[in-house]
Amino acid sequence: MSDLLLKVENVGIQFGGLKAVSGLNMEMHAGELIGLIGPNGAGKTTSFNMLTGVYKPTEGTIIFNGKKTNNMSPHQVTKSGVSRTFQNIRLFKDLSVLDNVKVANHSLAHHSVISSIFRLPSYFSGETKMEQESIEFLKIFGLDPYMNELAKNLPYGMQRRLEIARALAAKPKLLLLDEPAAGMNPQETQDLMGLIALIREKFDLTILLIEHDMGLVMGICERIYVLDHGQLIAEGKPEEIRNNKKVIEAYLGEEVTE
Amino acid sequence: MKKSKIFWIYIAVALVVYAIVELLIVNGQLDMYYSNLFITIAINIILAVSLHLVIGITGQFSIGHAGFLAVGAYISAIFTTNLGFPFPVALIIGAIVAAVAGLIVGIPTLRLKGDYLAIATLGFAEIIRIIFLNIDYVGGAAGMQVDYLTTWTYAFFGVLITIIVIANFTNSRHGRACIAVREDEIAADAMGINTTYYKVLAFAIGSFFAGLAGGLFAHNFFIIQPSQFGFLKSFDILIYVVLGGLGSLSGAVIAAILLTVISLYLQDFPETRMIIYSLVLIIVMLYRPSGLMGTKEITDFFKFNKKAKGGKVNE
Amino acid sequence: MEWLQQLINGISLGSIYALIALGYTMVYGIIKLINFAHGDVFMIGAFIGFFAISRWDLGFFPALLLAMVVCALLGVFIERVAYKRLRNATRIAALITAIGVSLLIEYTTIFFRGAQPEAYPNVVSSKTFQFLGAQISMQSIMILSVSIVLMLILQFIVHKTKIGKAMRAVSYDVEAARLMGINVDNTISVTFAIGSALAGAAGVIFGVYYTKIDPLMGIIPGVKAFVAAVLGGIGIIPGAVAGGMVLGVVETIVSALGFSSWRDAAAFIILILILIFRPSGIFGKNTREKV
Repeated sequence: MSDLLLKVENVGIQFGGLKAVSGLNMEMHAGELIGLIGPNGAGKTTSFNMLTGVYKPTEGTIIFNGKKTNNMSPHQVTKSGVSRTFQNIRLFKDLSVLDNVKVANHSLAHHSVISSIFRLPSYFSGETKMEQESIEFLKIFGLDPYMNELAKNLPYGMQRRLEIARALAAKPKLLLLDEPAAGMNPQETQDLMGLIALIREKFDLTILLIEHDMGLVMGICERIYVLDHGQLIAEGKPEEIRNNKKVIEAYLGEEVTE
Repeated sequence: MKKSKIFWIYIAVALVVYAIVELLIVNGQLDMYYSNLFITIAINIILAVSLHLVIGITGQFSIGHAGFLAVGAYISAIFTTNLGFPFPVALIIGAIVAAVAGLIVGIPTLRLKGDYLAIATLGFAEIIRIIFLNIDYVGGAAGMQVDYLTTWTYAFFGVLITIIVIANFTNSRHGRACIAVREDEIAADAMGINTTYYKVLAFAIGSFFAGLAGGLFAHNFFIIQPSQFGFLKSFDILIYVVLGGLGSLSGAVIAAILLTVISLYLQDFPETRMIIYSLVLIIVMLYRPSGLMGTKEITDFFKFNKKAKGGKVNE
Repeated sequence: MEWLQQLINGISLGSIYALIALGYTMVYGIIKLINFAHGDVFMIGAFIGFFAISRWDLGFFPALLLAMVVCALLGVFIERVAYKRLRNATRIAALITAIGVSLLIEYTTIFFRGAQPEAYPNVVSSKTFQFLGAQISMQSIMILSVSIVLMLILQFIVHKTKIGKAMRAVSYDVEAARLMGINVDNTISVTFAIGSALAGAAGVIFGVYYTKIDPLMGIIPGVKAFVAAVLGGIGIIPGAVAGGMVLGVVETIVSALGFSSWRDAAAFIILILILIFRPSGIFGKNTREKV
């Protein structure tokens, strides 16, 4: 097995008196594609927020690539190599498709504020490099024909893809996808699965995926973690998860109460 | 390369405008009244564009811009009138001190959002004003005598530098980072943008130019008083930015010009002026909240070929 | 007993801030708008009281009542004409509109009657009492008792009446309240009416106590009342009262220590400290943005 990329040890968070997540343990090795599933309100997105620095865990440690990231702010976590998409799309709506990607490409170039203001040579070389690379990312997702459109004018499926393109442009080692197929039809979901496989190969990515679409999760993930009521209830290969009693209960229980 | 060509065309046009006005002033076709109008327009453009960077680009709702105007005004006036420094040096010192004030105000307050940020900046601006009110060295409430040094040349080049710096900043990776903060702070942070840094940076740059405007403003009258830098002044500047269209530099410039001219014509009827101002503000917010220009720039109307250029890449 | 004296002066000032702050906090609690025009409603209240007493020879209480009624109507009018359309607008648009309405009220008043101040007629006896060595004027007692009565009435309305229940529901969740059959528009209007009536009352009390009123008098107390509301935790009614009292006392102490020209700065420094260290205010709970 390849090197350990992410180690989550006993991580938990409280909001007021409420324990949203507790005792979370996860390990991810470079190159893995792992699913994180669980009923609504199980704490999946909260876990993502802790992994990306949006929330600070109140207990436990998160070690990414040998560094403790617990107390880093989100942009520091991103710079250390973790990037994400959002469950409810959070694009920069009034920026063009190209500029959305360029924002994430921010750290690629190093021209300073002074260089930008006085238009020194490093400004031109830096901006050109950013533009070319951003267009490359758009091409992978078939979004390059729309690069001058405003992000808010794209159809829903494309917005989802643009979010992934943008996350990739931040040069992650670990990519976190929060329900990437939400709201997509089966055909679009199918295409998305292909795309995820493709970028994983091409960029040597490790991917953690939250998803409700069981077909998608079971189909592409190598291992799956299951959360319920803020706690890890199961972990294993898709077929193990499929037959796990606790998992079935958690999901059936949910259906009964709904 | 084409972009820089367009840039030089704008510079050339601006210089021609400058030369014509300067010539008219030198030849006496424009009397004090009109030369003063041009200088006032220039000062207001600087204020509008500097606040545009903070509100329109970075999305940080500051309504205390007059505080930094006051800092620039008083500091530069102290350096010319009391310490005998040359005017351009005093202008730069005033701007730098205003930028420092911007940092001092910005670092604690910019973690606040929306309404709370607005009120905090308003509070800071008032504190700055009250500080000047209580310093006898600058004359307290009675005000401070200032030499009349501002000329059309200073004012024009002040505007030119402000616009170039802020436009160049906006069109770089740093400006995009600021816009990303405006659009969605959480997403910007998640994309590796140090949002605090960019908010404070934009605020400091905005304060720097407000301070520059303050220096020009102070030396365009014979006296400055703390009462000139109250809420109303901050609201005046805010109105330029909002009316021009949040996010549009040219909108801010156009609004500053229009409103300065209108208020000059209404200067004998100050109440009427304020009634018209406030009605315009309310009506624009109710029926066209994006302002005159939205987030568009006036140059966008001349750039129909840009889309075509973008389209070609993927062919 | 110099300190007791200052404390009493502070509480008198504080109760005026508290009355204005109540309107701010109620409106903010229900539609998340900083109603900048609220200070100007206070000013209008002061002028209505002035005209009622000096021109129409009304007594203090009828004048107070009249000012409250007129201000309530004005508040509802402002809400219906300007703010109602802004329910779904951006916060910036709403705040700027409120600033516009504020300027409009101020300068329309100046347009019609000029900017000169007016001396408030003396309607309350200026008798003073000795209490533990402090001078307590009849006016202080009256201010305090009127304020307390109004706050009790407000507390009763909010917690014991149907409309109060509706107000609390709307401030908690507008959509859910609408689905439960609450008439949201009317509830918001009632909130404005009550808040504005309190500001009107504060205006009359201010006039009686400080004896000088002018068309721009609402700006500073308006902003300070907002500070009081933030201090107590915006949207929380007892918080506004406590915040107003604290602010009034602090300002009085700052003046008493000989820094009267820094008095206004004190309020803003409190505001900034509160916003930075405890933005939810003394009584508020922290909330976080949902990701």
